[in-house]
This record gives sequence, structure tokens and C-alpha cells, in this order.
Amino acid sequence: MSAPTTPTGVSDIVHRKRRGAELFLLVLALAVGIGAYAAVGLGVEGELPGDMYGYSAWLAALAIGAHVVVRLTAPYADPVLLPVVTALNGLGLAMIYRWDLARETGYSTKQLTWTTLGVVLFAMVLLLLRDHRRLQAYTYTTGLAAIVLLLLPLAPGLGKTINGARIWIGIAGWSFQPGEVAKVLLVIAFAGYLVLHRDALALAGRRFIGIDLPRMRDLGPILLMWLISLGVLVLQRDLGSSLLFFGLFLVMLYVATERPGWLVVGSLMFVSGAALASQVYSHVQTRVEGWLDPFSDTDTYGQIVEGLYGMAWGGLVGRGLGQGDPWRIPFAYSDFIVAAVGEELGLTGLMALIILFGLIVERALRTALICRDGFGKLMATGFGIVFALQVFVVVGGVTKLIPLTGLTTPFMSHGGSSMIANWVVIGLLLRISDQVRRPLPDVRPLEMDDATQVVKLR
Amino acid sequence: MLIRFAYLAILWIFVLGAISVIRSDMFGARVETTAGSSRREQRRARKGSKPAKPPRGAPTKAVVVDGPSAGLTVPLDQVPILIGRGTDAAIRLDDDYVSTRHARIGQSGETFYVEDLGSTNGTYIGSQRLTQATALQLGTRVRVGKTTIELKK
Repeated sequence: MSAPTTPTGVSDIVHRKRRGAELFLLVLALAVGIGAYAAVGLGVEGELPGDMYGYSAWLAALAIGAHVVVRLTAPYADPVLLPVVTALNGLGLAMIYRWDLARETGYSTKQLTWTTLGVVLFAMVLLLLRDHRRLQAYTYTTGLAAIVLLLLPLAPGLGKTINGARIWIGIAGWSFQPGEVAKVLLVIAFAGYLVLHRDALALAGRRFIGIDLPRMRDLGPILLMWLISLGVLVLQRDLGSSLLFFGLFLVMLYVATERPGWLVVGSLMFVSGAALASQVYSHVQTRVEGWLDPFSDTDTYGQIVEGLYGMAWGGLVGRGLGQGDPWRIPFAYSDFIVAAVGEELGLTGLMALIILFGLIVERALRTALICRDGFGKLMATGFGIVFALQVFVVVGGVTKLIPLTGLTTPFMSHGGSSMIANWVVIGLLLRISDQVRRPLPDVRPLEMDDATQVVKLR
Repeated sequence: MLIRFAYLAILWIFVLGAISVIRSDMFGARVETTAGSSRREQRRARKGSKPAKPPRGAPTKAVVVDGPSAGLTVPLDQVPILIGRGTDAAIRLDDDYVSTRHARIGQSGETFYVEDLGSTNGTYIGSQRLTQATALQLGTRVRVGKTTIELKK
């Protein structure tokens, strides 16, 4: 052994590019997506959908295009993320198409348009952002932008109220949910702020009943950012997003400061806040009652009941794509898409789905672990937590584990803003993972410095 | 019926495929050993006509040669060495143009490298701003803010 290798941790591991593995998985993912589309057509109408070839070609072109962009701009990026996301997206499109066939709506075409836009933005992120640490310079800008975006739906004339929540804006017939984009921006803002102030947050300050309270001037700006966004969401009656932002902030604070006390304080705050909200707000109360006993009033809580019946009917292996009746569940193309999958693919399919989401979270946290700079670490953790919380809230709500709160299932639910925001997040994650998995450059890249080397005189 | 099970099979083949890629990613990751470094040397030998000179002795310390904190010396055996204005920095610089956690000197095998930690004003070697970890040799001048740091024997 000529070189004594020093154990400097993970940086000694040479990561391989694994682009071939990505391509292979991508082909399988396309089989999952296109297969679901074909199976839906066969199941509902007994024949392949009319636009089968055009649809397959389009989806394949998107996936291969994304792969080529990754190959060119982020050759060392994680090989699993893109195929997993492609599979989820394909399956989601098929389930929405299934709803379309039953209810004669046109959601799947719209969703395909948004998917295309999402992939384009994904490519743009990889092409334009060559180093994720550049984003750290825009900590406060992104924080401000997030708050402005959250406030937009409250603006008169621009905001739209759909299904009781004022979280949409309508421009030229297209409705958009700015909160989904704000989510991405807030993760960047939190990460940028916490990485600078984490030492002060963790060490300075005084101790109060066993909990280290940081100084207000350290915690202030971020607390303000967070309270504003949370307040806006509460005003807009968007329960799911409030929960998401709360959890996100808490976990990022915990990860940055390494103080478990935050989790205790946060959980207490959450429990008391939730208890208070369920007393004060009627719409929260309805959710809690629907969670405790949905069968008491099958008209009001029909959505949960239909979802539960659907999943029960699906059983272990499901009814088969296109063979069930998921169109009976209200919003089975967006919030309740998981219940629709549970009905048609059964427990087996639902487990696969949850594992796929788990894989996204795992890859994000893995990227954070091997990341060398604190900003990237926090950002990757934040994105992982966003996915984890979102899936937990949705699946937990649908399966009656927790009260139902409206959140989109990433990459599956019908909804353009969520789709493009999540594709951008995947782009950012691939950028970070490319940076951290790239091997250290060859020793002595500065050969031309030979001429100016220090000459030993004595 | 057939389609139902075939589709579930495809779904699970994909899931297991993804997991197996991760598995080899985790356990199959190659720790840099003699084989790896010798291949790297071969590549270098192919690239340059003249063989790369071995470093004349290994550096043992990082010295601030220029700037407000000139003269500061830190032995290299305590890598990773943090350069910055913060209190936890091993090379603590009293330089307004240096970030709190500015850059880091690390070690890979017997090579030392410097890596920018997302500083505001950047880390330079010559006129080139570092965007990734860059190997250091004896006498390479690293510029952070108004300060210059050099590895010495």
C-alpha cells in the first residue's frame, strides 16, 4: 500500500456515475407508467387507448430528454431519483386518465401538459444552476418571495376560492397554487439562514426550564418568516400546508442546531395549537369528527368512507387497473388518488407506491449525509422532509390514521403547481447530489505552476 | 386477471430494481485504495509527456503568508482545517473580506486539498475562483479575502 489512506469519512468513497443504471431503471419506470395507461384502457374499454402510441412516445421522450440533460450537466447525480419520479408520474397520469374515462373529464391531458412543463423546468434547473451554493446568496430574497407568493391568493381579483380554501390564483383560465412554489423557496430560505446562524442558535442564549432558548435576534428573522407564512395559511384555511410548513420548520431547526428540545417544544406547540383550532374553527372540527367516526354521517364524510370501502374492496392485490370503481370517491384524481390506487392495485400496489416515496426521501437524506457544505445538507434534508411529511399527511388522512387535511400527493395528484414545484425540487436534489458524489479532482491540476515552484536554495 | 398480476409484477420489479441499484451504491462503493490511485497515476502519465514530479517532501503546516493575520501557522496533522472569521475556525483570520466559515483544507490520501465552503468573496488560486475542491502543493498560494495562505514544510 503506497498511500496511507487516512479515514476522513465518506469523502474517501469513490462514487460511480451510474448513468447506465439510471437509464435501465428509467426504461422500467416507463414500463410502469405506460403499462398502467394501457391497462386502464384495457380494463375500462376492453381495448388499448386510442392515443396509446402518441402518449407512450411523448412520455418516453420526456424521460429520455431528462436523462440526457442529467447525463450532460450532472453526470454524478443520484441514479435512482429520476426513474422513481418518472414511475410515480406515469402511474399518477394513468390514474387520472382512469378518472377521465369514468367521468368524461379532461384532466389527464392538462396533467400531461403540466408534466411536460415540470420536466422542462427540471432541465432548466440543471442547466442554469451549476452550483447549488449559489442559492445561498438569495436567502432573504427567496424568503420574501415565498411570503409574497403566499399572500397572492388573498389579493382581490387575483385570488380564487376553490372548495373552501383561498389558495389559488387564476390567470387567463389557468389556476395556480403559489403555495407549492413557496414551499420550495422557504426550504432554500430556511437552509440559508440556519446555516449561518446555527451556532448562535445552538449555543448563545439562556436556559429556561431545561430548554436552551436562543437569543431573539438570532431566531427573530426566521421566526417572523415562518409565522407570517403560517398565519397566511391559517387565514386561507389551508390546513395541510400549515401542517407541512410547521413540520418542515421544526425539523430543519432540529437538524441545524442538533437540539432535541426543539422537537419537544414544537410537538407541545402543535398539540395545543391543534386542540385550540379544533375548538375554534368549524372546518377543523369537521375534519376531526370525520377522522374519529366517519360512519356517523356518511353524507358529510362520504369521501373518507368511499375511500375506505374502495381500499377494502381492493384487498390484497386490487381489482385490477380499470376494473374497480374509484370514480365513486370524490376527488379520486387529486387528494384521494392514493385511495384509488389502493382500490385498483390493492395493498401490494400501495406498498410499492409508499416504498417509492420512501426511496425519494431516503435519497434526499443520503445526499444530505454525504454533502460537505452545511447549506446543501440542510436544503437536501428540507426537501426530503417536505416529501415525507406530504406523503404521510396524505396517506395518513386517506387511511384514517390522522385527520384528513388537503395536500397533494407529490407527482401523482392532479395539479400543475404541485407538479412543477416537485420537478424543480428533484432538479435541485440532483444538482446537490451531483456536487457531493463527484470525486475530488485529480491531484495536481495546476501543472503550469511548475515554473513558479519554490526552489530550494540551500 | 392476467393483466392485474402482470402489472403488479412490473411495479415490484421496478421497486426492487431501484433498491438493488441503491444497494450496490451503498455497499459497492469503492474505497480509494492502491489500485485506484495507481490507475489515476497511469492516467496522469498518459496525459502529460513528462512524468509528474513527486512533491519535494510533504507539507506539514499551513502558513498565513500575507494579510492581516500574517504569520499564523497551523500544523496540517489536524485536518480538516477550517479557514474563516468564526471562532471555531482553526485558521482564524481577522479579515473583513473573509466569511465566517470560508474554506477548508482537507486531506485525501497524501494529498491536501482546499475547498470553498460557499464563501461570499470566494477562494482563489491565482486568478481562478475555486468551484470545487482543488489539490494543493507545496507553495500553492491560496487567497481568501485579503489573506494568502500557503502550505509549507
